Amino acid sequence: MIGPRIIGQLVIAIARFLVGGHARWQGCAPEPAQRIYFANHSSHLDTIILWAALPPELRAATHPVAALDYWGKGRLRRHIALRVLNAVLVDRAARHDPLGPMKAALDMGDSLILFPEGTRGSAAMPMPFKGGLYHLARQYPQAELVPVWLTNLARAYPKGAILPAPIVCTATFGMPLERIEGEDKPAFLARARAAVCALGE
Amino acid sequence: MADTMTILFGGIVAILLVASAVGFVLARRSPSETVANLNARIKAWWVMIAVFAVAFFAGKEVTIALFALTSFYCLREFLSITPTRAEDHRAVAVAFYIFIPLQYWLIWDEWQSLFSILIPVWAFLVLPVLAVLKGETEDFMARTARIQWALMLTVFCISHAPALLILDIPGFEGRNFLLLFFLIAVVQLSDVLQYVCGKLWGRHKVAPRVSPAKTWEGLGGGVLAAMAGAGLWWITPFSPWQAALMAFAIVLAGFFGGLVLSAVKRSLGAKDWGTMIEGHGGALDRMDSVSFAAPVFFHLTNYFFAL
Repeated sequence: MIGPRIIGQLVIAIARFLVGGHARWQGCAPEPAQRIYFANHSSHLDTIILWAALPPELRAATHPVAALDYWGKGRLRRHIALRVLNAVLVDRAARHDPLGPMKAALDMGDSLILFPEGTRGSAAMPMPFKGGLYHLARQYPQAELVPVWLTNLARAYPKGAILPAPIVCTATFGMPLERIEGEDKPAFLARARAAVCALGE
Repeated sequence: MADTMTILFGGIVAILLVASAVGFVLARRSPSETVANLNARIKAWWVMIAVFAVAFFAGKEVTIALFALTSFYCLREFLSITPTRAEDHRAVAVAFYIFIPLQYWLIWDEWQSLFSILIPVWAFLVLPVLAVLKGETEDFMARTARIQWALMLTVFCISHAPALLILDIPGFEGRNFLLLFFLIAVVQLSDVLQYVCGKLWGRHKVAPRVSPAKTWEGLGGGVLAAMAGAGLWWITPFSPWQAALMAFAIVLAGFFGGLVLSAVKRSLGAKDWGTMIEGHGGALDRMDSVSFAAPVFFHLTNYFFAL
């Protein structure tokens, strides 16, 4: 059996060859602080690209939040999600406490990669954000909220495509979002979304 | 041919050693942007000559594979900064996964007639069909044209360099690798002499809005490269004056290739092809002159010298 580390290196090598996936640390440095990275979502590759853009020492303590209905399907995909990417699988159809697995990771002091749109969009700009990010931000005030903009992924691997096309994608990391006392949910989510969009320009 | 190649490699290694030494001294005595640029080129040539040596000794398959990989990187670079849409994904994927391997396989198979029309005819017809099935009309013409241009420049044109290996030239059998060597040597020499002459004497810009670095005086340096190319006549099937004309055609095509690709780049709003990866120059920045010079040299040689 091939170990998760070797598969991880392989996944990164293939991703680099086909779609680049390099990081641009624009508003913060790759530091081992506890963080919630949140990004626009247009492709299944997003999870891998953002994860691969982090330096190896951060990767080990960062968990992508991935949809159970996609990443939990099939033995290889599930293996990659759980053992290689260290993903937290979330049941999008669950009625009770969908944030539970994410909180468990944050309670350990680890970081999360979150796609607050909840699903892949096909427009140039991200869809409105779902509420999860707001609740996590309130309950874990020590975690930095880092906006990330992923380019080109909708072109490289759009919905319904079988193979990714070799188009170079990058992950731009912005300045951590400030917390504003007493800000309500819609205002916070709109601000978070604007922070992601601003990196795209 | 092995003897000729040994002499050539030996000569080039000697020249590069001298160039590296001069570059090293210049960088210490009077460091400047120009010196840094020249040293970067010298470093790139060391890599290039090593790759060439490997390709030559490993044979035709490896040479073709190396150029296929170059096309892959150039096409990836081109499409990365070209605005296509998600609806173009199928056309783009087919360009990468079908047309690059097919074009280079045809060289390996020496199927010259299909090699010459695969992308201008078949890709030209097939790719818009794949895109049109997605039903998105917005910008359709421009999107289709961009993908076709990308494929023509980075795959079709560049593949004419290794295609020199399959030309059937009477009395020159088994030595075609030298034609490839001739092409790349003249293009590289022309690039650097244009740069140096442009820096030293450049006054009159050819097209200032397209490229501030391209001057008529720089093109004069290209003529020097053509003369040096003539000096390589003994490795080619050409007589000295034919070699001079061929080298001049290569210089001219390469010059305009650089200019055209510079305009394309600027129309896409980029300064370097490699902007997607910080700190790396683009592969297309090195291959722009080759992409225009290779088909010109291939067809001139094919028309006048091959069976």
